[in-house]
Amino acid sequence: MDVYVIGIDMIKFGRFPERSVPDLGAEAALLALDDCGLSIQDIEALYCGNLGQADAMVGQRLLQQIGQTGIPVVNCANACATGATAFREAWMSVKAGVNDLVLAVGVEQMGKGLLGGTGGRRGIPKEGLLGSGTMPCVFAEAGMEHSRKYGTTFEQFAKVSVKNHHHSTMNPKAMYQLETPLEMVINAEMISYPNTKLMCSVNVDGSAAAVLASEKKVRELGLMKRAVRVRASVLTSDPWQERDLVMPDVNSCTRLAAKKAYEMAGVGAQDIDLVELHDCFATAEILHYENLGLCADGEAGAMIDSGATALGGKIPVNVSGGLLSKGHPLGATGIANIYEVSTHLRGEAGARQVADARLGLTHVIGLGSACAVHILEKVS
Amino acid sequence: MSDSAAARPLPVVDYLKLPENGEPYLEGLRCQACSAVFLGRRQVCSKCSARGRLEPVQLARTGTLYVFSIVYRSFPGIAVPYVSAIVDLDGGGTLKGNLIGVEPDPAKIALGMPVEVVFGDALGRKDKEGNSYISYFFQPRRD
Repeated sequence: MDVYVIGIDMIKFGRFPERSVPDLGAEAALLALDDCGLSIQDIEALYCGNLGQADAMVGQRLLQQIGQTGIPVVNCANACATGATAFREAWMSVKAGVNDLVLAVGVEQMGKGLLGGTGGRRGIPKEGLLGSGTMPCVFAEAGMEHSRKYGTTFEQFAKVSVKNHHHSTMNPKAMYQLETPLEMVINAEMISYPNTKLMCSVNVDGSAAAVLASEKKVRELGLMKRAVRVRASVLTSDPWQERDLVMPDVNSCTRLAAKKAYEMAGVGAQDIDLVELHDCFATAEILHYENLGLCADGEAGAMIDSGATALGGKIPVNVSGGLLSKGHPLGATGIANIYEVSTHLRGEAGARQVADARLGLTHVIGLGSACAVHILEKVS
Repeated sequence: MSDSAAARPLPVVDYLKLPENGEPYLEGLRCQACSAVFLGRRQVCSKCSARGRLEPVQLARTGTLYVFSIVYRSFPGIAVPYVSAIVDLDGGGTLKGNLIGVEPDPAKIALGMPVEVVFGDALGRKDKEGNSYISYFFQPRRD
């Protein structure tokens, strides 16, 4: 029995320091309910993803704003895969036949500045002593591994940012709508070589929400026309790798998740019409072309050069603007990606619409590590 | 230095050993079943899941540079730029640390170049009890 997304939306990402986390989440929840014409009174369970206040019952506080109906609430945290994990928990409850109509919300309020860091709480600070644990550096090192193996260049990494910033000029819900030519990306402040400031995702506040339903429920409500079928939902952790103590591994858990997702959906990478993947840094997007099977190993540099992953190309990637320009509110990102792909499958993406999109893939990865891949299909 | 500070410097991480007589060294755990090498404590081999097969092993002081990044923006108070390096030690074990004795210029740092592990004061950093620390660093090997 298939599970469907019947309502989905996100708020425009931005900076809202005057608002609370539950308040931001509640706004997306209402938008998603409005998208399918339902009320919180119809919902049987809430799965709420948030990282920054993981111990603060965000889901229940969200319901205080939109309706306390006594339904079960699960709060979850899974690094940058938090939103996708909440979505997947919601999907599983419907797939298992426990619920017919559920709500998944992802929400985050971010400060500015660097994420990450090296070492524990004991002793002295390790940052800048035992290398760097900042996220720009960790993903710079992951990119350098690709350069080492295949000769990928600084310019090729930078082209990812040029492309994704261009895409976001067509997305009114992105944080930025700003063209960033190659010279501008390359000459931006160097944060951690080869990632310049414009090659790092933007810390923003944001929320996204989805209403999921069983096939029976979708038919009963007469909502099949705009419904999106979930063809695969996969979550992995990082399998053992030789260097994973010092080099958080974003590759093997993505490869494992992609393989399982393609098997579950009974499709291959060649069948996918658009991809929203985890471009937390420009270097990361290059790695994931190969990890998701969009090209063969070693060909990702040539792939960005060819324009194949730009809107209008063979397999458009991050037409939303991606984390680099749409922004990356950690707990919301996984559902915002699903919103983007669903919007294309519904043919409602406006200027950035991927023509004739029937199958789309979303991917997020949280360091530590957790990887979620979803494959979504147009119904009508 | 406060009264509670140790007479000798402390190791920056548990897997750096500072014998009273002799050179500092890095100590890992090697799984006797699958030969995987780990830094830091674990209960079971995280590669092959063998139980009771992890034995301490002294790690080599030589290795090769796997990858690096040059860090220009770090947390407040951290001197930049510096080179964050990931080094594969000869005979097993991978470490992250600062690469010293090189210019922070990507054109002047070769992936795969031979490096050695050196030990020294942890850039003057002290904990709140006033203890000094010994850290490890990497530098190019000229042999």
